[in-house]
Amino acid sequence: MTTITWRYRGGVAARTVAAIGGGYVLTSIASALIAIALPLPRADAVTIATLLSFVVYTCVILWVFATTSALRAWIGVVAVSAVLGAALWIVGRMA
Amino acid sequence: MKEGLRQSMAWVHTWSGLLVCWLLLLVFMGGTAAYYKHEITFWMKPELHKAADAPSRVTPAESATLAVRELQQRAPTANAWFLDLPHERNPLIYASWTNPPSKGMTREERRAAFRTQNFTLDPMTGEKTAAPRDTRGGEFLYRLHFDLYYMSAIWGRWIVGVASMFMLVAIVSGVITHKRIFKDFFTFRPKKGQRSWLDAHNATAVLALPFHLMITYTGLVTLMFMYMPSATKALYGAEQNTMFSEVFPNAERVKPARELAPLADIGPMLQHAERAWGQAPTRVVVTNPNDANARVELHRPSGQQLSNIEPSMTFDGASGALLSDAKPLSATLDARAAIYGLHVAHFADTLLRALFFVCGLAGTAMVATGALLWGVKERQKYAKVIAKGGKAGFGVRLVDALNIGAIAGLPIAFAAYFWANRLLPVEMGERSNAEANVFFIAWGLAALLAQVRPTRAMWRFQLTVGAVLLAGIPVLNAITTDTHLGVTLFGGPGLRPVAAFDIVVMLLGLLLGWAAWWLGRKAKKAAARQPSNPASTTPLEAA
Repeated sequence: MTTITWRYRGGVAARTVAAIGGGYVLTSIASALIAIALPLPRADAVTIATLLSFVVYTCVILWVFATTSALRAWIGVVAVSAVLGAALWIVGRMA
Repeated sequence: MKEGLRQSMAWVHTWSGLLVCWLLLLVFMGGTAAYYKHEITFWMKPELHKAADAPSRVTPAESATLAVRELQQRAPTANAWFLDLPHERNPLIYASWTNPPSKGMTREERRAAFRTQNFTLDPMTGEKTAAPRDTRGGEFLYRLHFDLYYMSAIWGRWIVGVASMFMLVAIVSGVITHKRIFKDFFTFRPKKGQRSWLDAHNATAVLALPFHLMITYTGLVTLMFMYMPSATKALYGAEQNTMFSEVFPNAERVKPARELAPLADIGPMLQHAERAWGQAPTRVVVTNPNDANARVELHRPSGQQLSNIEPSMTFDGASGALLSDAKPLSATLDARAAIYGLHVAHFADTLLRALFFVCGLAGTAMVATGALLWGVKERQKYAKVIAKGGKAGFGVRLVDALNIGAIAGLPIAFAAYFWANRLLPVEMGERSNAEANVFFIAWGLAALLAQVRPTRAMWRFQLTVGAVLLAGIPVLNAITTDTHLGVTLFGGPGLRPVAAFDIVVMLLGLLLGWAAWWLGRKAKKAAARQPSNPASTTPLEAA
């Protein structure tokens, strides 16, 4: 059996949190942005955005585990969330 | 994760699948059974079988009139009446109602008022049928697959939602990691240990892959506004109810006027709908009966479209005038309803429904073989230790035990539920709860025994118990009711569900029996190969 180092375990734990928690936050922000951006009646926009959210969440989770390091995964999730979150905030201020 | 994309996806696939697989087995089995929840409920109420034997000779309009007459006597001041009229999957007239809560009621009383009360009419005579025994029937299995049990529905839904998301991730990562997806579908290498389990997992997964992906995604969609509220928050703020009334526009309810007005004759309304649709409505909802604001909603039977929102017509209950056809949905909302409809499959006719059922079984097999594969693979890492007479690690033992408790134990629980339905005294109080308790007691016992001794003998024991219980159901039915296979196979079409239920559970029992027999043969072979150390062969290792 190959021994599993603590470094490896830490990486897995960090990625898991990034995927589940970070992914949910990123997905929530993205889905809210999509809902606002869609030039459709509210009911349609909210439906499309929510339908898409599970696809977004799945992609984020898989990317977090596919990328080369846990650090990159965290930077990616936080950076994208921050950019989208800023966009959401600006849109919210304008409305 | 480690080396390349494929390896990291394999890792994600393994762990996202393994962590939730036992819960998914429950969800898959319950959901698969729920495709036939009406038939299961009917089987579990043998008191109704007799009335269903003769084909209905009354028109839908006449049967609705019969039910309304009865409801006028029993619940003239109800909140709402619900009628299910005879059609292909339902031989009888079902009527139920909810009572309005009044001021000064305790919370318990309020809840009891809202709980539906019901009766069943024989469409031949218009008379009430014998009161059926108290059982939740197929509804219990249906609710179980997303509400779980012994906890509030909200908790159950979140837990099942998280497991479904794990499943979605497992499916997509499984596809990515699988480079020969098409070729592997035609590959089966039996009797080659781990490779055979891998092939079986691939075959059951790939064979019904569109179904697995669809059912997981659409399952999440059924409760999507709860799981992913951010888009709603962004567009509606705190006004979640506004969103619901816009996305589900036909769910609007009219408040009672508190002004007495006798309900108009319902027969002409049904005839009007039948002329318009070329099909008689099968579901009638009357809100605020005998009130000036009474509404009669007629729903077209399902089967013509994917969407689960069937066209409906609303009539003014006091005047009998047609108010409106249901508002047509926008393309997006219709698409959502179709995605939802795909999950619940109300549209499916006999053949398609059977195909959904088989796909559900394939999904169960996919989860089961995947769980077994983990144990087989993991054990190989301990091959040298085991050869020296040592034991595999704690994780392997735990997974083995959970596998036995779920894969072999759950069929026992399902079978026990059906046995309890026939064996518990009919007059027993809280009977439907007792049936549900039997389900969990049986499952708990199986899971506990599996933890105590997760061996191949335990596999065989539990598979055999499940096989005997399931295959014995037609016998049980013959002993406890008059509608056994000898009657139902030659009776009217109304009894077909009873016959089909008996046959399907018997086949499933035989399948489990075959698995137990096959394991026994394996054990003998393994013992013959290494007579010196029979204890070293752990379950399914050589399978």
